[in-house]
Amino acid sequence: MTGDPIYTEMIIEYSKHPSNFGEIEHPDISRHDSNPLCGDSIDLQMKITDNKVSDVKFKGKGCSICMACTSVLTEMIKGKDLDDIKKIEKDDVLGELGLQHLIRTSPVRIKCALLSLKALKYGIYSYFVEKMNDEKSAGNLKEEATNLY
Amino acid sequence: MQTAISIETIRKDFPILQRKVRDNKPLVYLDNASTSQKPIQVIDAINDYYKNQNANIHRAVYALAEEATEAYEKTREKIAKFLNIQNRAEIIFVRGTTEAINLVAYSWGRQNVNKDDIIVTTEYEHHSNIVPWQLLTKEKGAKLEYIGIDDNGELILDHLDSYLATGKVKLVTFSQMSNVLGTITNTDEIIKRCKKAGVKTLIDGAQSVPHMKVDLNKLGCDFFVFSAHKMLGPTGVGVLWVRKEILETMQPFHGGGDMIREVHKYETTWNDLPYKFEAGTPNIADVIGFSAAIDYLNKIGMDNIRNHEIELTKYALDKMSKVKGITIYGTKDIAKRGGVISFNFHDVHPHDVATIIDKDGVAIRSGHHCAQVLMEKLDVAATNRASFYVYNTKQEVDALIDSLNKVAELFKL
Repeated sequence: MTGDPIYTEMIIEYSKHPSNFGEIEHPDISRHDSNPLCGDSIDLQMKITDNKVSDVKFKGKGCSICMACTSVLTEMIKGKDLDDIKKIEKDDVLGELGLQHLIRTSPVRIKCALLSLKALKYGIYSYFVEKMNDEKSAGNLKEEATNLY
Repeated sequence: MQTAISIETIRKDFPILQRKVRDNKPLVYLDNASTSQKPIQVIDAINDYYKNQNANIHRAVYALAEEATEAYEKTREKIAKFLNIQNRAEIIFVRGTTEAINLVAYSWGRQNVNKDDIIVTTEYEHHSNIVPWQLLTKEKGAKLEYIGIDDNGELILDHLDSYLATGKVKLVTFSQMSNVLGTITNTDEIIKRCKKAGVKTLIDGAQSVPHMKVDLNKLGCDFFVFSAHKMLGPTGVGVLWVRKEILETMQPFHGGGDMIREVHKYETTWNDLPYKFEAGTPNIADVIGFSAAIDYLNKIGMDNIRNHEIELTKYALDKMSKVKGITIYGTKDIAKRGGVISFNFHDVHPHDVATIIDKDGVAIRSGHHCAQVLMEKLDVAATNRASFYVYNTKQEVDALIDSLNKVAELFKL
């Protein structure tokens, strides 16, 4: 195939063997999200200790792009401080897999790629607002999630 | 094709089939269950209307308006002939199948469906034949029930019998051909059983009317709906047919211009049928374009179209079933299915399959096909779907299969 590649070795590999696939017992953050148009559906769960993601898991059905991007995102946030995680942007996820071109080439498939980031931003927002009663730390996460794609 | 018109000649009438996509690949369009392509005759008819006849219909007396009105109403005549409808006043133009079903649910449904009544639909319906009935039954405290499907993708009519036996069914609503499995519904049998029970029937003909001969006079249903854009016509035009005795009892759906006889400050009287149900300026240009689509289908002949698709589907089912790792859904009995083939390929997500083969110019649909109830039943998140029409060829089926091999290569299957 020519042009901007999507189905690289790395994506195929992640789709077959996703990272951090599974469930957490009694998670502090649990967020379900789906793409109404294509049927990708994920549940993202996190355990928070001292404002850090001490564990993260996801499960769901999705295409290889969705599975790979979610895998990469979970790897990125594991053990990290929530204040740093809040700053993660589209390109950080897409860049890991060489998929920045999707923004330009595929407005449909970009939704598969960013579904997990949307779930993450919503999840952390809810954690701060509902669990910690801390609107200030939640910041703009809800707007960022809504306007992600 | 067993017709005087060769497939090469037909393909030349479709400008879009001449274009190249992606890396200069010929377009292999296999998403006809979603929407069909349009022949130049349809495109020209729409163009010609805007260039030469554009005026609002039914009111003004000048030349343009008369010509536009005549052209618009001529489509109604053609539809009547095409489907063997005796009374043209029973034919209502709407935006599409979805609007037609919503009109019935809103108007007839609200007047006739009450608490504890039952509306029966099927597990292989499009969302457009599920959601309007959910809205209605929730509002009225009525119940929505489903005729299930068997392992062959066919309806289990025993379910229908058990619902009818309750004496509470007001309407049985079902598609004449499934948009996912391609199953051709045993329509005659369902209507027979419903009539015996004194229950009304609505048939969604969106997938059947474009591909096979349909005779409404013979069929004997009460409501029939379909869309122009799946049968070579433009988007934004659909038809609702309702038996006159029922239509006469129905309250309007939309209020506004053209659907009235007299409007006073607090009271209004309605226009004659079918205009009572066509409020506002309709989609004149596309209704006129639809007329050219019906002419085109008549020229080829609906039986020839059906035969061509049987041949193509047989060929495709035979070839595809030999591809390693493929799962094809629905019946293998060619007499019971249309040119719609849903499949999964190993455990590769349909969106990945569709994206990869799109690079070769092959356009198929992937997803839930607006039939999530059926997806749940099949226990899959999504399927791939290839669907054929009058201009598709065996070479295009081969192109699809070649591309599937590339998917297998990429995913190391």
